[in-house]
Amino acid sequence: MNKWNLIIDIDKCHNCANCFIAAKDEYVGNEFSGYSAPQPLHGHAWIRIDEYERGTYPAVQTSFVPKMCNHCDDAPCKKVGGDAVQKRADGIVLIDPVKAKGREDIAKSCPYGAIFWNDELQIPQHWTFDAHLLDQGWKEPRCAQVCPTGAITALKTTDQDMETRAAAEDLRPINRNLQTKPRVYYKNLDSIEKCFIAGRVIHQKNNVSECFENADITLKNKEGEVVSSTQSDVYGDFRFDGLDPESGEYEIIIDAKSSGVKSVKTVLGESLHLGTISLD
Amino acid sequence: MRLAIVLAGVSFALNATARLYPSFKARLREKKFVAQISTRDSAKGRYFKFGDDRVVSKAGTHPKPDMEITFRTAELGFKLLTPPFNHGDFVNAMKNFNMEMSGPDDITLFFTNTISLMQTIRWKSGTKMPNGETRFVNNTNGGPLFVYVKDGKIVRMTPLDLDESDASSWEVKAQGKTFSPERKTTISPHGLASKSLVYSSKRLMYPMKRVDFDPNGERNPQNRGISGYERISWDEALDIVSGEIKRMKREHGHGAILCSHSSHHTWGNIGYYLSSMHRFMNAIGHTKMALNPDSWEGWYWGAMHHYGYSMRNGAAETYTRLEDCFEHCEMMVFWASDPETTSGSYAAFEATRRRMWAKELGIKMVHIDPYNNHTANFLGGKWIPVIPGTSPALAHAIAYVWMTEGLYDMDYVRDRTTGFAAFEAYILGTEDGVPKSPEWQAEETGVDAATVRALAREWGSKRTYLSAGGKGTTFGGANRSSTGTQWARAMVCLMAMQGLGKPGINFGNLQYCTPVDLNFYFPAYAEGGFSGDLEGTASAVQNYQRMPHLPSVNTVGQKIPRLRIPEALMDGETHGYPTNPKSIEGQFARFGYPAPGHSKVHMMYKYGGSHFGTTMESNRLAKAYRSPGLEFVVNQSIWNEGEAPFADVILPACTNFERDDIGEWAAAGGYSHHNQGQLNHRVIAMQHKCIEPLGESKSDFQIFLDLAKKLGLSAYFAEGKTELEWCQMQFLSSDLPKKISWSEFLKKGYYVVPHANEQQVPETSYKWYAEGKKKNVPEPHPLPAEYGESYLEGLQTQSGKIEFEASSLKRFDDPGRPPVNKYIPSWEGRQTTDLYTKYPLQLISPHPRYSFHTKADGKDSYLCDIEEHRVLVDGHYYWTARINRQDAEMRGIKKHHLIKLYNDRGAVVCAAIITDRIMPGVIHSYESSAEYKPIGIPGESVDIGGCVNVLTSKRHQTEKTSASAPNACLIQVEKWDFSSEIGSVAQENAS
Repeated sequence: MNKWNLIIDIDKCHNCANCFIAAKDEYVGNEFSGYSAPQPLHGHAWIRIDEYERGTYPAVQTSFVPKMCNHCDDAPCKKVGGDAVQKRADGIVLIDPVKAKGREDIAKSCPYGAIFWNDELQIPQHWTFDAHLLDQGWKEPRCAQVCPTGAITALKTTDQDMETRAAAEDLRPINRNLQTKPRVYYKNLDSIEKCFIAGRVIHQKNNVSECFENADITLKNKEGEVVSSTQSDVYGDFRFDGLDPESGEYEIIIDAKSSGVKSVKTVLGESLHLGTISLD
Repeated sequence: MRLAIVLAGVSFALNATARLYPSFKARLREKKFVAQISTRDSAKGRYFKFGDDRVVSKAGTHPKPDMEITFRTAELGFKLLTPPFNHGDFVNAMKNFNMEMSGPDDITLFFTNTISLMQTIRWKSGTKMPNGETRFVNNTNGGPLFVYVKDGKIVRMTPLDLDESDASSWEVKAQGKTFSPERKTTISPHGLASKSLVYSSKRLMYPMKRVDFDPNGERNPQNRGISGYERISWDEALDIVSGEIKRMKREHGHGAILCSHSSHHTWGNIGYYLSSMHRFMNAIGHTKMALNPDSWEGWYWGAMHHYGYSMRNGAAETYTRLEDCFEHCEMMVFWASDPETTSGSYAAFEATRRRMWAKELGIKMVHIDPYNNHTANFLGGKWIPVIPGTSPALAHAIAYVWMTEGLYDMDYVRDRTTGFAAFEAYILGTEDGVPKSPEWQAEETGVDAATVRALAREWGSKRTYLSAGGKGTTFGGANRSSTGTQWARAMVCLMAMQGLGKPGINFGNLQYCTPVDLNFYFPAYAEGGFSGDLEGTASAVQNYQRMPHLPSVNTVGQKIPRLRIPEALMDGETHGYPTNPKSIEGQFARFGYPAPGHSKVHMMYKYGGSHFGTTMESNRLAKAYRSPGLEFVVNQSIWNEGEAPFADVILPACTNFERDDIGEWAAAGGYSHHNQGQLNHRVIAMQHKCIEPLGESKSDFQIFLDLAKKLGLSAYFAEGKTELEWCQMQFLSSDLPKKISWSEFLKKGYYVVPHANEQQVPETSYKWYAEGKKKNVPEPHPLPAEYGESYLEGLQTQSGKIEFEASSLKRFDDPGRPPVNKYIPSWEGRQTTDLYTKYPLQLISPHPRYSFHTKADGKDSYLCDIEEHRVLVDGHYYWTARINRQDAEMRGIKKHHLIKLYNDRGAVVCAAIITDRIMPGVIHSYESSAEYKPIGIPGESVDIGGCVNVLTSKRHQTEKTSASAPNACLIQVEKWDFSSEIGSVAQENAS
């Protein structure tokens, strides 16, 4: 049985907001009987984009993460909602706009904050994977169609195939601890879950300041083990990424060959820029 | 005899159509009148009695017809009335007075429209879907859309998925790979949000009059922007407006009516301002608002003097090829360039994938910008933050490194440029004793000398594309600063040193580079639709010869610079320098207001979007609206926002989804010739009337036509044609009929132009120049007279080469623009110490990311809920401003706090976004808010709408330009105390 999945590549999202707008365009003012009641004009974000800024000036990287109903296989809303929440054979979760009337508990049951309470209609609402369109033969939901970078792709396949692919490409749900078996997978989650240490190396040459290129730079943890090594680029810049937040003390050893060796220590809370390190 | 038969045929056809179409039968009943068509000598003719279910007609002449059409001869009448009709024959007959029409406008217009309806009533548009919806097509500033409609209501709008009936997509081979675009169109957020703009709660649904405005009594101009409105009928509104037009001419004379308009209202060649509005305004005669080249300033007033391109407002050629970049380019320097925010122009995200490919191919990226902009953040690479307004100093230091280290193309400089010795003397400091070294610039720019040397060496040793501004070939926030001319000039000089046009060395960022077929003709919007305006549009370039229609001419010679309208209204005099792209020297001709012997302005006809968001020192405009000398203001607008609540009478226009129109995606034409070179697929759209106009709103065309009727101008204005028929005229004037029938195009709604084959694609930009060949890129400029040697040889400059020392500036004394480009520090920046002490933050206000100028902002649209755009605080959606974390901490400002941005010119309240992406000491907030909401007296209180141009200076970049400089702006920021006072209450209390 082929089921719907969504794959979101965080490194390809540039926050154009088209997926957010498409979920407004499709549902605001429209009723799709048996699927969804109209979304309010403001306040609901059935697809929202969360922003994660890492680093300090001038080493800074912002990632954007589209989030929506995960269409979980172990959906907490289904457990609470009973027959007001339907899990379709194609994997899509639907909250019945009629049966779920007055059921604020369904909205509150979602650990991802993806179910919105419609005050006016007194119903819980979510992004339905555009099931009404897929049932009419549309090839993909609208968020995938409007995505200019290919950050969002919809895939209808077997669970086994999806599992293989997820393992091969390191696709993971947004919050592994919740154990709800989401059908929305993320690529490059490290871009928001891990931290970096950046810095810059300069030196004096012929009485002027120059960037130091190709310094061998080693990162050691507090146990003195080498975690990673890299080289400075033409601007003297270097960066170690993929570190755990709040992972404590690190030592950065800069081997600039004949220009000397320098060591800098830091404590990593969140991503940071060490500043400009002069070899002189 | 033959004419008699044809006339009898008209009668027969009218009644036959009525039998088939009940709506047509109903129309025949609508008006009771007698129309007569005859030869001028009345020898032959026939009259038609309207007013019943069927038309009764008789051969011969009627003693008292209500309207008449006469032909000089029976032969001419026969020829003109026999299908297939040729509008060119009608136009020629009218021009030579061989055919005349007389009678009241409401009857003649009704008659001619009824005749044409016999044909158009059979036309079908849209595709029926299995679920009962109809799929229409439309077009926006941000890309084409399928529009799904059910029961007269828009259900959804989506970008176009292309199918097998559409032309195939191009493939480009480079680096052993094949690159091809997705089979769909992309769309900008402001385009995708269109449904919320159509059904916006801010729509104007009926004509309105300010409650305390009495055209025959007290006008109370001092209450503009303060008083409320009452509903009036269309008839009353049209009577007031047409009455005031006549009164202006009668009482004040030539030039008393000013037309002020937005540039980017709604897409479509017929409804566009250059079309309907120009035609109407030319027909009544008006003082023209002289546009300054807002987005091009530094290029137009600066760069042009070194290499020409006046017809592109000083922008570079746009024909770089994907292959050239992918095969040869090693590095791309984005300088004041954020194409992922500004989409080139109108091109949605068409180029985004191409830049992703460039990254995958390992092309290095550098981003020079005070803000780690969205392109920098998305593509990565080296971010070099630069203090606003100081980029030219950085550029000079790069040239210094190249000169001192021999890192430039000496052969190219020797053979393809002039004046290098003078430039070298300035850069090396032999002229003034100040070497423009990396150390020299560090204090100014905030970029350390080591970084400048590293960048200069990379650039000097790698084949590099310079992406100057968002288009890559022009624009950029740095060109809208006090040093904008210096920056744009420096960009040309740097590229000249590196060998512009050699493989992999060019202006660009892959925005323009695809092998779309640029030889296929369809009129661009700048060609003026049906305006016939040969002076004020690019109509003469192509469309006037292709589409028969009457010319229109504005007889009033008076003009006011757009950014000096407030001075013109308040002080009664001002002056400016023109946007005249014909030559490099066109911009030098200073003009004054009032023009000799002309009336000053006493009436403003305001059309389209608001100018508050795009006028420097915006509060001036609010004050000007309340001038007693401004006797009447009419505002024709879709939404009740910005300037609309400053009018005396408001005319409600509808959106492009509620009218018939036609237009090609991104086809700007004029200054942006071949703007479709950005696209992956050229899409020409029949912009269907998807739904009926909401409320009592009408299309701009219809509003102008209704006014024309009141002025006896309707036959001249519309030439008897409806909007839909003008769409067909545009279609027929293009290359489309060779490829698709009108009926198929009308039904399907779009045509994808097949891409060019290898032989048809122009050579990459400037290759011809680098190789010393004749110009071979397909742009019809410079104009023939602008060549110094033989036609097509060399550039537009006096020497025909890139001039480091500009010949044109030697003959014109503007202290801010010496012939050799020199660094002159900003008149409002960190160097202006007194002001900087008081206002220690620099405001930059680039073009917005989600909205397009004022389009799609405010209006209760979906965009209100995008946090980067606006933030909801206490029931109001506040415009956002980005502040560096350190600057925020110093001021106790936290995320989404309401902060007051202020200086001596005014104050704007924004919601704070705290980020390390903006350099310390700089505030980033987009310009072009659609909303202007002063919370006290307009022009004298705090604005909570988000018009950050309230804060920017009206001063021009240099003394003898009309160049705006909004990015030279010093402000202070503090948490807002909810008072309406412009100045700092906190500081005053403290002192």
